[in-house]
Amino acid sequence: MAIAEWRKQLELGEVSARELVDQKLSRIAEVENSLHAFLVVTADRARAEADRIDEARAAGEVLPPLAGIPLAIKDNLCTKGVKTTCSSRMLKNFVPPYESTVTERLWKSGAVLLGKTNLDEFAMGSSTETSAFGATSNPWNLKMVPGGSSGGSAAAVASGECLASLGSDTGGSIRQPASFCGVVGLKPTYGRVSRWGLVAFASSLDQVGPFANTVADAAEVLQVIAGADHRDSTCLEAPVPNYIEALSQPVTGLRIGLIKECFDQQGLSSAVKDSVMNAASHLQKLGIELVEVSCPRFNDGIATYYVIAPSEASANLARYDGVKYGYRSEDKDSLLSMTARSRAEGFGSEVQRRILIGTYALSAGYVDAYYKKAQQVRTLIRRDFDNAFQKVDLLLTPTSPSTAFASGAHLNDPLSMYISDLLTIPANLAGLPAISLPCGFDEKGLPIGVQLIANVLDESRLLQVSHQYEQTAKVMSRRPSAELIP
Amino acid sequence: MQGSESTWEAVIGLETHVQLGTDSKIFTSASTAFGDQPNTHIDPVVCGLPGTLPVLNQKVLEYAVKAAMALNLKIAEHSKFDRKQYFYPDLPKNYQISQYDEPIAEDGWIDVEVAEKGKDTYVKKIGIERLHMEEDAGKLVHAGSDRLAGSTHSLVDYNRAGVALAEIVSKPDLRTGREAAEYASEIRRIMRYLGVSDGNMQEGSLRCDVNISVRRGPEEPFGTKVEIKNMNSFSAIQKACEYEIKRQIKAYEQGEAVVQETRLWDEGKQTTKSMRSKEGSSDYRYFPDPDLGPIEVNAELRDRWRAALPELPASKRKRYVEDFGLSAYDARVLTDELAMASYFEAVVAAGSDVKSASNWITGDLAAYINANKLSFAELVFSPKDLAEMIQMIIKGQISGKIAKEILPELLANGGSPKKLVETKGLGMISDTKEITLIVEELLKSHPDEVQAFRGGKKKLLGFFVGQLMKKTGGKADPKLANQILNKKLNQ
Repeated sequence: MAIAEWRKQLELGEVSARELVDQKLSRIAEVENSLHAFLVVTADRARAEADRIDEARAAGEVLPPLAGIPLAIKDNLCTKGVKTTCSSRMLKNFVPPYESTVTERLWKSGAVLLGKTNLDEFAMGSSTETSAFGATSNPWNLKMVPGGSSGGSAAAVASGECLASLGSDTGGSIRQPASFCGVVGLKPTYGRVSRWGLVAFASSLDQVGPFANTVADAAEVLQVIAGADHRDSTCLEAPVPNYIEALSQPVTGLRIGLIKECFDQQGLSSAVKDSVMNAASHLQKLGIELVEVSCPRFNDGIATYYVIAPSEASANLARYDGVKYGYRSEDKDSLLSMTARSRAEGFGSEVQRRILIGTYALSAGYVDAYYKKAQQVRTLIRRDFDNAFQKVDLLLTPTSPSTAFASGAHLNDPLSMYISDLLTIPANLAGLPAISLPCGFDEKGLPIGVQLIANVLDESRLLQVSHQYEQTAKVMSRRPSAELIP
Repeated sequence: MQGSESTWEAVIGLETHVQLGTDSKIFTSASTAFGDQPNTHIDPVVCGLPGTLPVLNQKVLEYAVKAAMALNLKIAEHSKFDRKQYFYPDLPKNYQISQYDEPIAEDGWIDVEVAEKGKDTYVKKIGIERLHMEEDAGKLVHAGSDRLAGSTHSLVDYNRAGVALAEIVSKPDLRTGREAAEYASEIRRIMRYLGVSDGNMQEGSLRCDVNISVRRGPEEPFGTKVEIKNMNSFSAIQKACEYEIKRQIKAYEQGEAVVQETRLWDEGKQTTKSMRSKEGSSDYRYFPDPDLGPIEVNAELRDRWRAALPELPASKRKRYVEDFGLSAYDARVLTDELAMASYFEAVVAAGSDVKSASNWITGDLAAYINANKLSFAELVFSPKDLAEMIQMIIKGQISGKIAKEILPELLANGGSPKKLVETKGLGMISDTKEITLIVEELLKSHPDEVQAFRGGKKKLLGFFVGQLMKKTGGKADPKLANQILNKKLNQ
């Protein structure tokens, strides 16, 4: 059931906020053992908040739009008084004394925190397997990964543990797990949503966005979290349009570009390709014109990303030194060994790998060949998109070259893991909004996602086309059933 | 002459860190107050907690740009912040937000007046390479011993972390310790004139690092550069340079190499000592800080800030000599502090004689200000009142001696000197009749002395003058009193 319908039921008194929260908590209790989407469930806080909302409603107060809506939050978003671990041993006991802007806005809108969700350590990964606190399973098939890095948030929505959730997307960390879990995942324009309180991975790429069952639900969440924030200099001042009203605007006559380079991928599975092409045909039936476009530098995205993101990460993660907060090694031989051991023991191997890559890419003698060159390619990729948007309103690609892969399949082969984000990374490099929508299933019954990319700040258009596709194509007739989860 | 000290030339450049005196830190609203309990002026941004972001304090930008303008630097329309990466516990994020290849301002100069006892004073134009903004680090306190060497653990105080700094890098245009000290002192004076820093060296709000090398003559290539730190006064800068110049020349003349290193000035021993060698230059892995957008200073802002700049010390010094006819020395003393210069100008504007104003201000008033640790801006004795007092002396209404007598009260309580003189009845007796009467009475009461004087003991005039002053409480106009005494005694 969509958020709007729950809101109606809550308003009519057909269900109380407390009942809704209890329903979700019992669903969590039912599936968490096999799923492990959550790192912590804030049951007491959720119940207390729901009671407070019910009392306010009974007292006749006018309640904000998300009053009583239970949400899950990726555990790299700071929540005041609630542990925020980034799935890292380093921050195992870190309790932030401040609230992230996005969650602050959600709580002000009446949303209820159910818990914090699992992720790849510091959001570095595409399978949620690098979490220091255990992997998350895919609700459609427990032997499969949910994608990553926001795997917990995606799985929680897909399995019905919450109505919607927040994730963060640096190279596809919202869209790829959305695709693997058969839910809607939206990465807004860089700067549309404040990063204050989002633990940084790669600051020029990170962006917070929603996971939801429907496009309309994603729009509801975006509506609340988007907008200027004086605590984040990179947050845009542009006014926030009404995304919910935009959903039903006509789509006839719009032009969508199919990025040629994406469909020529070697690793693209035929099931994914067919499903995505079907989705494109469906859009055509809605009166949208399909055009083939070329973004020659599109496939250079992954190489560019794996220089820029680790470079920024190597600096962003330098603060974890065992001095001020977080994990400190028992090693007390010297300052240097204390810091080095704290980092060696506190960070997992994927995080260490990226810190090493980034440190190397920024080192004297290499910075020109790697970091600066990558920035130049990034500009070229952005230019490709600019050119494409001269001709079309949106771009269409598969979200990921494959459906969810088996747990452990790529864990010891970082490069094959990185390929999973091949199609999502370019939108991050260009700062563009992009969405992943369920568009079908493969032969194993695993969901497939189609990605739509819009021009800067054109989230309305993205949501509008996505909504109308979703409402007419009706591909999500199936849900991961409780039986699937033993 | 090769090998003799006289042909050697020192090449000196200064890196000056000026703490910009904004109330809050460069990237957050935490206070910049100095000297409070450790870790009381911190917040999540200062401590580099995960998820926090820096936002540039616009006042810091304004102060930095004004400072740059006063140093004749070219202001960049676009500049940016970079991350300078190194691990040290006083640096909360383990990177310092600084400016690397696109500083806010480049390529300027200042005129420095170099004055030294026994040498001619001269003005030298010193080039300035750049000015950039950055955040200060915290402080480590080593515990368990008096010295770092024996300490068992270290404590970190982040109160200073995130305080805004302007780093000003001079060109290697300085040649002597005195020039280096005068340059640093002029930088401090300019910053204080602008009100962008208190320039307090003891509290570390102005810190200078010296880069110094020697060569056998102006045409020779630069020698190996040594960096000196830890100088807490201008005189320490001068002495450290002078010591280092001698040390390096001696090394070369004895056929030894000068090592590229950082040395610390030891104020107690008056020497420099090696701190660490700088053989391989550190790799700070600079890259643009993605959390902070480009820094834009548009023409409108530039014009507004430029228009708000005060007259700077060099210009004042010049004007005081050329327009007021003051000596270079007086001009220098009067302009050292903006508050003193402003006071002086206000006294002159109130109609006072320039030289007298200068004498009173640099003499008695400055002594009072120093003794009471005040600023001229806080003085209750107004420039108008000082001008009035000076006028009274010139017009002969009071003597200089009386002026000095009433000054303490005026400095303490303020008010009109004229009124004070009236209330106290201290006005000078310059009425011929009145003095004549007193003189006649005086002569009557000292017949023996009068006789002796008239008999040739002319020295007794001093006795009569003394008696007259005693009788009038020092108020008799001395010129008139002498005249009348002479006349009456010689009758």
